[in-house]
Amino acid sequence: MRYLPLTPDDRRAMLAKIGAPDVDALYRDVPASANVGLSVFDLPDTQGEMEVERALSKLAAKNVAAGAVPFFCGAGAYKHHVPASVDHLIQRSEFLTSYTPYQPEIAQGTLQYLFEFQTQVALLTGMEVANASLYDGSTATAEAVMMAQRVTRRGKAILSGGLHPHYAETVETVAGLEGKMVRTPVTPGVAEDIIALIDEDTACVVVQSPDVFGLIRDLRPIAEAAHAKGALLVVVVTEAVSMGLLESPGAQGADIVAAEGQSIGNGLNFGGPYVGLFATREKLLRQMPGRLTGETVDVEGRRGFVLTLSTREQHIRREKATSNICTNSGLCTLAFTIHLSLLGEEGLTRLARLNHAKASALATRLSALPGVDLVTPAFFNEFTIRLPVAAAPLVDALAQQGVIAGVPASRLMPHEPQAANLLIVAATECVSDEDADALVRAIEGALA
Amino acid sequence: MSEVRYTDQHEWIRLDGDEATVGITKYAAESLGDVVFVEVPSVGKTVAAGGEAAVVESVKAASDIYAPAGGTVSAANEVLSSEPSKVNDDPEGEGWFFKLKGVSSEEFGKLMDADAYGKFVESL
Amino acid sequence: MSMNNQGRPTAIDGIDSRRRTVAPGTVAPEELTTISGDRGLDHEEKLIFELDHGATGVDIPDVQVSGDRLGGMRRAGPIGLPGLSEPEVVRHYVRLSRMNYAIDSGLYPLGSCTMKHNPRLNEKMARLPGFGDLHPLAPQSTTQGGLALIAQLMNWLEKLTGMPAVAMSPKAGAHGELCGLLAIRAAIAARGEKRTRVLVPESAHGTNPATAAFAGFTVDSVPGKPDGRVDADALKAKLGPDVAAIMLTNPNTCGLFEGEIVDIAKAVHDAGAYFYCDGANFTAIAGRVRPGDLGVDAMHINLHKTFSTPHGGGGPGAGPVVLSERLAAFAPLPLLVADGQGLRLIEDMAGAPQGAKPFGRMCAFHGQMGMFVRALAYMLSHGRDGVRQASEDAVLSANYILASLKDVMSAPFGDDGPCMHEALFDDSFLEDTGVTTLDFAKAMIDEGYHPMTMYFPLVVHGAMLIEPTESESKESVDRFIHVLRELALEAKAGKTERFAGAPRLTPRRRLDETAAARKPVLRWKKPEPAAKEAKEAAE
Repeated sequence: MRYLPLTPDDRRAMLAKIGAPDVDALYRDVPASANVGLSVFDLPDTQGEMEVERALSKLAAKNVAAGAVPFFCGAGAYKHHVPASVDHLIQRSEFLTSYTPYQPEIAQGTLQYLFEFQTQVALLTGMEVANASLYDGSTATAEAVMMAQRVTRRGKAILSGGLHPHYAETVETVAGLEGKMVRTPVTPGVAEDIIALIDEDTACVVVQSPDVFGLIRDLRPIAEAAHAKGALLVVVVTEAVSMGLLESPGAQGADIVAAEGQSIGNGLNFGGPYVGLFATREKLLRQMPGRLTGETVDVEGRRGFVLTLSTREQHIRREKATSNICTNSGLCTLAFTIHLSLLGEEGLTRLARLNHAKASALATRLSALPGVDLVTPAFFNEFTIRLPVAAAPLVDALAQQGVIAGVPASRLMPHEPQAANLLIVAATECVSDEDADALVRAIEGALA
Repeated sequence: MSEVRYTDQHEWIRLDGDEATVGITKYAAESLGDVVFVEVPSVGKTVAAGGEAAVVESVKAASDIYAPAGGTVSAANEVLSSEPSKVNDDPEGEGWFFKLKGVSSEEFGKLMDADAYGKFVESL
Repeated sequence: MSMNNQGRPTAIDGIDSRRRTVAPGTVAPEELTTISGDRGLDHEEKLIFELDHGATGVDIPDVQVSGDRLGGMRRAGPIGLPGLSEPEVVRHYVRLSRMNYAIDSGLYPLGSCTMKHNPRLNEKMARLPGFGDLHPLAPQSTTQGGLALIAQLMNWLEKLTGMPAVAMSPKAGAHGELCGLLAIRAAIAARGEKRTRVLVPESAHGTNPATAAFAGFTVDSVPGKPDGRVDADALKAKLGPDVAAIMLTNPNTCGLFEGEIVDIAKAVHDAGAYFYCDGANFTAIAGRVRPGDLGVDAMHINLHKTFSTPHGGGGPGAGPVVLSERLAAFAPLPLLVADGQGLRLIEDMAGAPQGAKPFGRMCAFHGQMGMFVRALAYMLSHGRDGVRQASEDAVLSANYILASLKDVMSAPFGDDGPCMHEALFDDSFLEDTGVTTLDFAKAMIDEGYHPMTMYFPLVVHGAMLIEPTESESKESVDRFIHVLRELALEAKAGKTERFAGAPRLTPRRRLDETAAARKPVLRWKKPEPAAKEAKEAAE
C-alpha cells in the first residue's frame, strides 16, 4: 500500500524488539468476540491512485458544477471567483498539514495569520474583537445565541422570520435546550415587527441582513429596542461580501455578529467546509466561544503570537467551558484571509459594488417579465421574485435546459404556502451577460 | 481582634467584627501559577457556604472560588480585574477577593485554623 | 580545505561546512547579527496591515452603483483593510508558512491527534469542479454524484463500525459528540423518561464533559484503575435510573484498549442507558474491531484523524456519528434516502420517512462534503485490507516506541500489556532533574521534532503521549527513539543546559503567555501617531 512505509522485514524486526510473536498479540486486550477477520468487512480492497481518481471523477461528472452553466443559487452559499493564488497558498504543506498551533515557537505562521484574520473580521463587521473562526455561519449563530443566554442569564431568543431556516433550526436544536426560541412570521420582502416581541425575558434578538430573501434590513431600531430591555442584538450575515458595500453590523448596534465567510476565499463544496465568523464587543470577550490568538513577546522581547484566554475552553474548563468547540475552521480561515488580503480595501468595495450592479440589472430585467414581481425592494447581490407559477418545478425544468435559476423558497420553507411561487436569485461577479440573458430567456420561455 | 480560618479548597476567611474577608491561600496561589484573570462577585449578592462566589484563572487553569461561609457580599476587590498579579504577590493581603457580612460564627468555627490547614497542606 | 569529487570547495570563506570551525577574522553563525534582521532563509515578516500601501491584488472593474436599492444602508466609512499586490500577498503567506512545523516536513507525534500523512490525491479529488464547485441547494437532479459520494462514505463508515446508521452533518469531533448526545436525549424523551446524569471517566478528553454539560446533562466523573483502564466496578455502581449515558473513549486516552468494554456496555444497557463511544482513537482498530460488536450506541469518527483529511492548522474537521439501531431513528436532518428517481435529501421534518424522528439539525446544509471526498479517496485507496494494515502499523509503531523507551523514560502502564496506537509516558523519570515535561518537549523542538502531546491525559503526572501513526518508516521512528533516549539520558545525568530555556533554534523562543492573557491584544490597531496623523489629514 503506497501510503505505508513499513516493509514486512521492518514489521518482523519491530515485533522482535517488542517481544510479540505477531501483530495479533498486540490486540490481545480486545474481547475475542469482537476480534474480527478481514472477511467480515464487505468492502473493496486496495486500489491504485489512477483507479481511485477514475472512480471519483466519475461521480463528480454526474454533478452540474456552478461554473459550468448559467448559475443563480445563493441562500447561504455563493459562487464567487477565487484567485488562483489562494488555493495555491493554502496547499502549502506547512499550512495544510500542521496541527492547531499549541506549540507557538513552531507555529508562528498559523498564529500570525489567525491574528490578522481576527483583525480583518473585526474591521469588516465593525466590531471590537473577533475569534479565530467557528465551523460555519449556522453553528456560529447557535453559539451566539448561547453566548447571549450566558451574558444576560435569560433563556428566550427571538429569531427573525428572515433568518435562513437552516440557521433557525440549528439554533433551535442546540440553544433551545436553554430557553424558549420564538420565530417571527415569515414576511418576504418586508421587515416584520420584531421589536414588539422583545421583553424582559429576552436574551437576544437574531436578525439576518441581507435576510434569506435578500432583503437589506435596518438594524438600528432593533438594536435600540433590544438594548432598552437588556437584550442583545445578534446580527447574522450569510454573504460576507455584502459588508463591503453595506453599513457594518457593528455600526448599527450589533452586540454579536455571526457570519458565514464562505463567500471570501472558499468554494461551494456542496455545503462545507465553510468558515464561521464570530465577532463581539470587548466587554463580552470572556463569554466568547472558540479559539483566540493574542499578541505577546518571546523571551528575547520579539513580537510573537499565542493562543490565549484558553481557560474559557473545554480542554481546561471541561463541563464549565463556554462551548464544547475544539477545532476551528483553520484552512478555510486561511483561504478567507488570503483572499481578503488580495482584495484589500479597494478590491472588496469594488467587488461588492459589482455584485450589487449585476444583481440589480438582473432584477430589473426579470421583474419586467409579465407576471413576475420583485419582492425585495432593497438587496445586495440576491433578491426574490414572485412567479405566476410554482418555483420548484420551474427550477427543475430549467435545470434540464442547463440553467440553474436559483433556490425555490419552498425548498427552505416547505410549510409556507406563500413561499411556493418565490424564487431566490443570486447574481455575483461570476454572472456574465450571456448567463443573465440565458436566465431571462429561460424564465420567459417557461412562462410563455 | 481578627481571626483567620481556612477551607480544604484553599480559601482563607478572616473575621473582623461583623465583616469577613475572603481570599485564596499562598499555597493555592503558588499552585495556580501566574494569575491572569479574576472575577469577583457583585456587592449585595447572597452566597451559601460552599457556593461558587468568584473565579480565578491562570494561563493553564481556571478555578472557582467557593464561599467558605454563607453571607452577603459587602465588598469586592475590583482592583484584581486590572491587576490580577496581586493574587500572586500578596494572596493573603492585598490579593483578597471579597468581603461578606452576616457570616454565622457557627459556620466560621467549623473551618480549619492555621495549624490544621498547615497540616492539611503537608498531607497533600 | 576539503574538496568534493567535483573539485569544488565545500568550505566557504574559511568556514569548514562539516566541522563548523570558525576561521580567524570571521564570525560564528550564532554570533552574526544581520543588517536586515533576517537570517538566511529565516525571514521576519510584518503583519499584513503593516505592509499596506494602497495597492490591490485583484483587477475588478470600478462600477458605480446608485444606492437606490440599498435601503439607505450603504456603508458610510472605509473598512480599513490593507491593500497589497498579488506578489506581495504571496510572499507574505509563503514567509509565514515557513514558520510552521508540518507532517510533510517531519514526524508529528501528537498523541490523540493522529497526525498521519495527508495524501495529495485527496486534495485533487476534493477540487474536482463536480465536488468543489457544487452548490448545496442546487436542484437535486444535478447533484446525484455528490449524494452518491455521501452514500458511499456512509456505507464505508457503517461497515467499518458494524453500525446500521450514520449522521453525516456534524462538522468536527466535538460537534459529533453533541449530535450523539442529542440523539440519546431524544431517545430517552421518546421513551417518556427523564435521565439527567452522564458518566465520564476522569481520563476523558475535555470535550466529553463539555459536550455533556452543553447537551443539558450533569457530569459524573468515573475514576480509573492503576492499570490505566476505567474502573468498571465503580462505573457499574454509578449506574441508575437517572443515568442517560456513559461517554467512553476506546482505545482510551492512555492509549489502552478497554478490555471490559463488552461487560460495561451490557451493564449500561441493562440500566436503560446508552453507550457513547468517543471515536477519536478509531485509527488503532479500524478494519480489525467493529464498535458495533462492542455494544456502542453512538460514536463520532474524526475524518481528520483516522481518515487522513488534513488538520489545516486547526480545522476544518468532520465528525460523522454512527448510530445503533436504538438511536438510528433520531438522526438529525438532513436524511439521505434512495427512491425511484435516485438519491434524495430529506431536509425538513415533514418529509421524514415513516418511523424517523429527527431530533433537529446540527448545521446548515449537509455536512463537510469537502472532507467526505478526501476521506473516501483515502478509504478507496487503502481498501479494507489497507485500512486494517494501517491500524496494525500504527499500533506496531507505538509499541515499538514503548518497548524502546520504557527503560529510560517512565511508562506508567508499560507493564500492563501492549498499548494501542499511542504510548504514554509520565515525568517520573525526570524527578529531581529540574527538567519538566514542558522543558523536555521544548528541547525536542530544537532537535527538529514537534513535541508529543503534553499534560494529557490528566490522570498521569506530566503526561507525554506519543502517537507515531502508520505513516513513519522504521528508520524515521528509530531516529526519533534515538533522540528521545539521548535527551532522557542527558536529563537524568544532570546535563540540563539544553533543556533550560529551550527552544533556541526556532523563529520565536518561549512566548509570554501570562502577558498575553493579562492584557489581551487580539487584533492589530493602527499605531497611535499614525492614527492621529490620519485624523488630522481627514480634517
